[in-house]
Amino acid sequence: MSPDSHDPANGGAPLNPCGGCSGPEALAAPARGMQSSGHAPLDDILSRCEGLYFDYDHEAVAEWKRKHPTGAAVGYLPVYVPREVFHAAGVLPVGVLGAGEQLEIVRGDACFQSYICHLPRSVVELGASGRLDVLDGMVFPSTCDVIRNLSGIWQIMFPEKLTRYLDVPQTTDPRVGQQFFRQVISDLFRDLCKLTGRKPEECDISGSIRLYAENRRVIEELNALRKTSPWTVPGSEAYLVLRAAMVLPVEDHTQLVRDYLQAAQDAGRKPQDHARVSLCGVFCEQPPLGMLRTIERSGCAIVDDDSMQLLRWLPTDLEGGEDPIDALAQAWCLDISESASRFVPDGTCKGAGFVKTVQESGADGVVFAAPSFCDPALLDRPMLVDACEAAGINSTSFQYAENSGQMQPIREQTGTFADSIKLWSDE
Amino acid sequence: MTAEDKQETGSVREPSMLRQKEMTQGHYERLAQAKESGQKVVYTFVPGNLTELLLAFDVLPVLPEINALQSGMRKRSAKYIAEAERQGHSEDVCTYVKCDIGMLLEGNVGPTGEPLPEPDLLLLSYTGCFTFLKWFELLRERYNCPVAMLHVPYQSQGEIEPGMVEYVVEQIQTEVIPKLEEITGRKYDEDRVRELLGLSAQAEDDLVAVLESAKNKPSPIDSYFGGVYYIGPLFTAFRGTQDAVEYYAQLRRETEERIARGLGPITPVGTMQEERFRLVVEGPPNWTHFHQFWSMFHEQGAVVVASTYTKVGGLYERGFRHDPSRPLQTLAEYCLGCYTNLSLPARVDMISDYVRDYEADGFLINSVKSCNSFSAGQLVMLREVEERCGQPGAFIETDLVDPRYFSASNVKNRIESYFQMLEQRRSVQTGTKQATPSEKVAPS
Ligand code: SF4
Ligand code: SF4
Repeated sequence: MSPDSHDPANGGAPLNPCGGCSGPEALAAPARGMQSSGHAPLDDILSRCEGLYFDYDHEAVAEWKRKHPTGAAVGYLPVYVPREVFHAAGVLPVGVLGAGEQLEIVRGDACFQSYICHLPRSVVELGASGRLDVLDGMVFPSTCDVIRNLSGIWQIMFPEKLTRYLDVPQTTDPRVGQQFFRQVISDLFRDLCKLTGRKPEECDISGSIRLYAENRRVIEELNALRKTSPWTVPGSEAYLVLRAAMVLPVEDHTQLVRDYLQAAQDAGRKPQDHARVSLCGVFCEQPPLGMLRTIERSGCAIVDDDSMQLLRWLPTDLEGGEDPIDALAQAWCLDISESASRFVPDGTCKGAGFVKTVQESGADGVVFAAPSFCDPALLDRPMLVDACEAAGINSTSFQYAENSGQMQPIREQTGTFADSIKLWSDE
Repeated sequence: MTAEDKQETGSVREPSMLRQKEMTQGHYERLAQAKESGQKVVYTFVPGNLTELLLAFDVLPVLPEINALQSGMRKRSAKYIAEAERQGHSEDVCTYVKCDIGMLLEGNVGPTGEPLPEPDLLLLSYTGCFTFLKWFELLRERYNCPVAMLHVPYQSQGEIEPGMVEYVVEQIQTEVIPKLEEITGRKYDEDRVRELLGLSAQAEDDLVAVLESAKNKPSPIDSYFGGVYYIGPLFTAFRGTQDAVEYYAQLRRETEERIARGLGPITPVGTMQEERFRLVVEGPPNWTHFHQFWSMFHEQGAVVVASTYTKVGGLYERGFRHDPSRPLQTLAEYCLGCYTNLSLPARVDMISDYVRDYEADGFLINSVKSCNSFSAGQLVMLREVEERCGQPGAFIETDLVDPRYFSASNVKNRIESYFQMLEQRRSVQTGTKQATPSEKVAPS
């Protein structure tokens, strides 16, 4: 049995599972001009995605496990894990990206000093409060020192569960990195198969690779529409739809994106004269939904962002071939997408890839929003700002935490930025 | 004190200290003359560095972390950090990076007062810290020079796993050596590397003897505040040199002499007279107020008998030695084995072992704001070690080189409260006093 053979998980969770509200901004209605058309499918899709977003108790995952008694569910932290081998092993990969703005943090704060970013504390809170009990293990990719050390905390907190650190290669020689990563992925795959009792040699990894490639193709369509017609696919909506990939089986998510695309295009939303911005720095600790909506409400259309990077990495036409694990390892090592968590090899100007992405997205400017105390994002920022300046792209910068509640300063800053973009373009 | 050089300041200088000073001065002089002498310069980091390989190519290593800590000690770091922040760096990130960038922006003047030479190569062996990646991406922008990348896998399961050594060796062969050959115009000379590795192992034997001397009572050394001086040559540009061999042999002789004479450690104000508390310390020191910080310990008769910071450049006391018979493998194993490349549970084991093996009265964590690599998870480590050892620990917060994060009164209060608590526990254990509720020295 694979994670595909079941009915779509229904999201299930109430809109506000904590019973409280983090403030007017966080759950405010969609931004001006982006109200729902009243078109039932779109409303249904978005409310399902929002249900999954606030599903801190992972009800959707529990539901999947009830329907798949021999399956297992394993969590992963940002940024990159090869979800294909989870799927092939009969394991539902579950993205654990923190707990956003609504979960009260008690035990998590007791584990981290004030100068560590917020993500690990909410992940610990989720674990310590039993909200991740439904998971049979966790995988911690080599994104930064915090996630690396969190893998050790997890070993201490949950000695009976599978805890794996995923060393993603940083080598500049793809051949050397590929060989190493092949071993790393194989070891992970073996461990995942143990959870479900599957024989590794009998698993169809190539089939899983094809499913994820298909998922990337529909996401590419969504992102393309977002760029050409941001009023049809507002950034905050796209975020919710993509975020659902963290808990849905890949087949369901592919269908969800298709449904959303259809519904969004049917909705007949009117074009808007918003400043087009690319949002950068949100690849790990997630921006609160309220922050995305605030940016939109201030007059910006978020036509691109670096959240959910996982969903974009690797080619859309990837095939498994004779050695599918090797194909995955190779695809990763040959991928040249820029990210704060990846070293930019010699010969490539740091920021050049980012500038190209911004230009291709048609954005008029960049909003750099980094989580507080995030070394990868914050140390990247001056280099990316320089690259943008050299390319004549304007930007604005601020910091956030996943539980930031006070949005007024951000609204003012991005509002001013939007105005200035329009002014430049008028000139 | 026939072998000691009593200085007018009241501080005591043993011959090994003077030797180290000369070695360091000589190195900076060679760096200052690198352009004229034609010697190539490679910037690299302390943990998991490949000094023997660099020296075999006759290049001069520069360690930006050492520049940063020296700027901290010389009270220049505040200015450098401010400069980096003016250039757009966040207040939230590692201050070593900002201090180095600020120093660069202000002319890259080294401790001798002369500018440090620009790198011909950045050797990015980023053992145990992801910030190193960003650091050299930033430096590459400024210097426009090549980077040799060496990805060292993490010991997440508490041991070196199959394939890791081979992976590192392969990168040394395909990335590091070719780039060194390119910048120097020399061929890789394995015999020369073997020779240097043999010298490393000799010095490592002596360093281990010195660090383990702290098992004596009284301890003849302070393994943290003194320790950072002892590790200097071996962790930086001198591993694999005859200078280092002689330095460590001398240091060992001096230490043995102190043991024979029942002397405590040397502090900036002379030999510590009474050993009242034996501590294990986790985390790097603060450099901007290093002597003031140290005085908070030695004034109370507290000596650090073991520290984890002195293991960031190798876990020699756990048996590792550079092995000349397997040159590249041994370098790979060295990179993989540095302290910050260990999993959190392995770090907890190590601290707990130290508390037991060195018969410590307690342990203290100095959590530095700068360093996610060290600091993320230290509160969990505190609780784990307390549980394992049955001893309360102390937790203080400072920074490496940003003076804004060193509050002397706050740190002093916490340390003094901790010593009082240790004193009370001791009294209770010896039955001379009534038990009092233990006071936890909690983070702010
Ligand atoms: S937000 Fe930044 S520092 Fe925190 S876990 Fe993510 S990448 Fe690491
Ligand atoms: S984060 Fe820590 S280990 Fe890394 S460069 Fe900064 S001080 Fe050094």
